[in-house]
Amino acid sequence: MSILEIAQQAGIWALEILAITVPVALSVAYITYMERRIIGWMQIRKGCNRVGWAGLLQPIADGLKLFLKESIIPSTANKWMFVAAPVIALVPALAAYAVIPFGETTLFGIWERKHVMAIANLNIGILYVMAVGSLAIYGILLAGWASNSKYALIGAVRASCQMISYEVSMGFAIVCVLMLAGSMNLSAIVNAQAGGFWHWYIIPLFPMFLVYFISGCAETNRSPFDLPEGEAELVAGFFVEYSGMWFATFSLAEYAAMILISLMTSIMFLGGWHAPIPALDFIPGTVWLLGKTAFFIFVFIWFRATFPRYRYDQLMRLGWKVFLPWTLIWIAVIGVATYTPLLSDIVGFWQPWR
Amino acid sequence: MNFVQRHIKTWLLTELVRGLMLTGKYLFKKKITVEYPEEKTPLSPRFRGLHALRRYDDGEERCIACKLCEAVCPALAILIESEERDDGSRRTTRYDIDLTKCIFCGFCQEACPVDAIVETQEFEYASESRKQLYYTKAMLLDVGERYKAQISANIASEARYR
Repeated sequence: MSILEIAQQAGIWALEILAITVPVALSVAYITYMERRIIGWMQIRKGCNRVGWAGLLQPIADGLKLFLKESIIPSTANKWMFVAAPVIALVPALAAYAVIPFGETTLFGIWERKHVMAIANLNIGILYVMAVGSLAIYGILLAGWASNSKYALIGAVRASCQMISYEVSMGFAIVCVLMLAGSMNLSAIVNAQAGGFWHWYIIPLFPMFLVYFISGCAETNRSPFDLPEGEAELVAGFFVEYSGMWFATFSLAEYAAMILISLMTSIMFLGGWHAPIPALDFIPGTVWLLGKTAFFIFVFIWFRATFPRYRYDQLMRLGWKVFLPWTLIWIAVIGVATYTPLLSDIVGFWQPWR
Repeated sequence: MNFVQRHIKTWLLTELVRGLMLTGKYLFKKKITVEYPEEKTPLSPRFRGLHALRRYDDGEERCIACKLCEAVCPALAILIESEERDDGSRRTTRYDIDLTKCIFCGFCQEACPVDAIVETQEFEYASESRKQLYYTKAMLLDVGERYKAQISANIASEARYR
């Protein structure tokens, strides 16, 4: 490969990365806006409607404010780790988007074959998402540790304990999907659900869908599992000491992870870019995928407006004594059903690899 | 049976769904927000806001410097100095209210035998310094002049309850 070709390829990659990170950053900004509006509406308030038309410039004003604010580094903090932690939290949240397939396209008929719209169409995409997604905990743990503050440390310990607990049941829920789809490639999983909503994995795996989504709430430290930042007892948890842009980086990471969980839920359980009935296929797949994702983001916000925070022992109980047994049982159920003569026909309906 | 019912409730997440439905219903309810600078909530005629010193219709100050308000003020926000005027009547030479001390209890207007010191419905007098919240006699008389109509209307409407 000549230098020119390498440069060309690097340019294409840079464009691909920009095409994902910029919309993600923008949608994070507007999810904060939607969150404030929706929670406001649910509390029969109007929410922010002052800056710009219907308050649409509010996220920009907020971003500007955070950007211009002084970033205070506590004198007792470990300076390098303190600054590195938000970046370490953000990078995995964004890196996980590399394998997310946003749809299939022939680029208006230019290509003969349909290409998957993903930066990397990895064969082990789902493992990659799990692996990279769990790296975010290092950022949180480092933030809590480097701040040299009691509240931050307790918040970080809570966060890591919670994320480790829920990672397990999340992983098992994904195993169920793999047993049906027969592939770890995300686009293969989506294509295994082609042909209408009765092919979607939410039907055979409904409990796993609930487990995955609720664990996702716990993974992203969202309400009702936002104990790591429980403001009643920990002020703001692991990011108490952060201000200005570093603080914004943490919320960017949190919301990026939230979008990621919503995308993964739609991809694994709701047929990704496939329309619920084949007659609706004329609407582009990406619209369907983003619509499903937007719905799940709405549900995240809806949860936050509805449920009170869990107590820590309840949180641990839910993770280890409810979700873990249930996922294990469901793996066994799917596994047994796959190899039992009559049942295998029923389960086989969702298993294109047979 | 109770056991079965409880487990059905738990595993079907009925209570969570009911909670979500409730907040979902509120999403579409009419919003009760009052967008403050443009919209305002109605105020009671007994609302205790900014203080005012009143005059009689002939322009004479009502205040006779009896200092009952100064004595009753629990926050010690009122400062009065008085002198004998040329016509032999006792009048204030100084009547200051420190609004940063005032707790708006309304005791001063209750104590006043001549309805000289009253509290208006005005509450938008925020200022950029504490100095500006120290109201002198001239300022209080000026407030009384500005809200004359409002004050006398409120006193008239509440007169039969006093």
